[in-house]
Amino acid sequence: MSAVKSLICRECQSEYEIQATHVCDLCFGPLEVRYDHAELERKVSRESIEAGPNSLWRYRDLLPLDDGAEPVTLGEGMTPLVRAERLGAELGLSNLYLKNETMNPTNSFKDRVVSVAVSWARANGFDTMACASTGNLANSVAAYSARAGMRCFVFIPADLEASKVLTTSVFAPHVVAVEGNYDEVNRLCSELADSYHWAFANINVRPFYAEGSKTLTYETAEQLGWRLPDEIIIPIASGCQFVKHNKAIQEMIELELVDPGPYPRLSGAQALNCSPVATAFKEGAPVRPVKPNTIAKSLAIGNPSDGKYVINIATGTGGVVETVTEDEIVESIELLAATEGIFAETAGGVTVGVLRKLARAGRWKGDETVVAYVTGHGFKTIQVVPDLDRYKRTIKPSVRSFEEAFPDVG
Amino acid sequence: MAVKVRVPGPLRRLTSGESVVEVEGVTVSEALDALEAKYPGFRERIYDADGQLRQFVNIYKNDEDIRFGSGLATELGAGDDLSIVPAVAGG
Repeated sequence: MSAVKSLICRECQSEYEIQATHVCDLCFGPLEVRYDHAELERKVSRESIEAGPNSLWRYRDLLPLDDGAEPVTLGEGMTPLVRAERLGAELGLSNLYLKNETMNPTNSFKDRVVSVAVSWARANGFDTMACASTGNLANSVAAYSARAGMRCFVFIPADLEASKVLTTSVFAPHVVAVEGNYDEVNRLCSELADSYHWAFANINVRPFYAEGSKTLTYETAEQLGWRLPDEIIIPIASGCQFVKHNKAIQEMIELELVDPGPYPRLSGAQALNCSPVATAFKEGAPVRPVKPNTIAKSLAIGNPSDGKYVINIATGTGGVVETVTEDEIVESIELLAATEGIFAETAGGVTVGVLRKLARAGRWKGDETVVAYVTGHGFKTIQVVPDLDRYKRTIKPSVRSFEEAFPDVG
Repeated sequence: MAVKVRVPGPLRRLTSGESVVEVEGVTVSEALDALEAKYPGFRERIYDADGQLRQFVNIYKNDEDIRFGSGLATELGAGDDLSIVPAVAGG
């Protein structure tokens, strides 16, 4: 029997049957998947997980898919948790780890949520997937729809990076470029979701979609030897995944999957040019929407649905929400690549930039286990990387020409 | 001033399934009062106990979030559209 029980409103606790809906009828609060905890305790153990596939579906018992239903999978999850010795030395951290989400099938963490959303939608009779996207979600929804044999509509802001449009279009979806920013695209899709019987990954099937995020933190703990880190640095767009990482930690503690230890601090990272959550965190004020103007388009959500919850969790765990400038984003992409061999997109630059800023401000003694989530690949946003010609020398095809260009390198 | 209000799916049972309804009002706040008078039940779903818009309710005048204007005091003209849209997650 699946442990999935119902949908429950995060605000007023009203309960609903499992269905494709994302807001509470009574208060508009977000709906969450609720599980039967006795059933989870019966089914889930370190051994049951370790015996599962080498993908996020090893955590299937903690995800909202009926027993019997076949997951739509491209091998997402179980990405490397890399010990970052060189970046750590630069930042004075001897136990720094990077969760390298660029290694997912479409090169971002979105494959986690989309694999769960598409699996749920197909199992529940939908024939069309859709989404509003800043790019990564579009890539992933298009790929998993192709894999599932479902029709697909992706709605993107018309000014989206050409590389992300191409890497979506190759999967042959209907790409709808909307003349507006992401928040406007999202609003359009919310209205369409009321009229079309489609599974919009981040709208009407969001409760199921969002659960996929938890697997990133389950894996981090499993890969650390069933131990939670001292602090996690997480990029914030809508704040949806941040909240789910906290849920994952709570579940692992309740189910005694992890060794006892202090509760991890959860800290958030935003681009200064789109930082509604960080601003509210610093001012102790409600989250107010902003108009995004940042190169970190995958984080450019000016009206973050889960901002309030992010602030509560960051505050409650001893974490912070910090920002970096546009220049710092690019510097951090280069720093991460040059020290660890990982090429991240702008969101990774934001996360590593915040990590660097906090380290330089003396946040850590140095031996804490700190994990940064690097959520997307640099190939998605190559146009933000500056002219790197300084690394290049053009020579004639002769030894002499090489030695003239590079004297004393032998 | 007559304005059109687009009603989101979760609230359409208050309007007998209508997705667009027309009400009178010279500000957003007045239009929402008129909506409540015509279709009782809107107020408690849109406003919290302190009379503020709920955290997860976004209201747009034409294409602009009213929080970028004067909020509930934002003025309305003939032919303006109001949309009530629940907050959504993204990426």
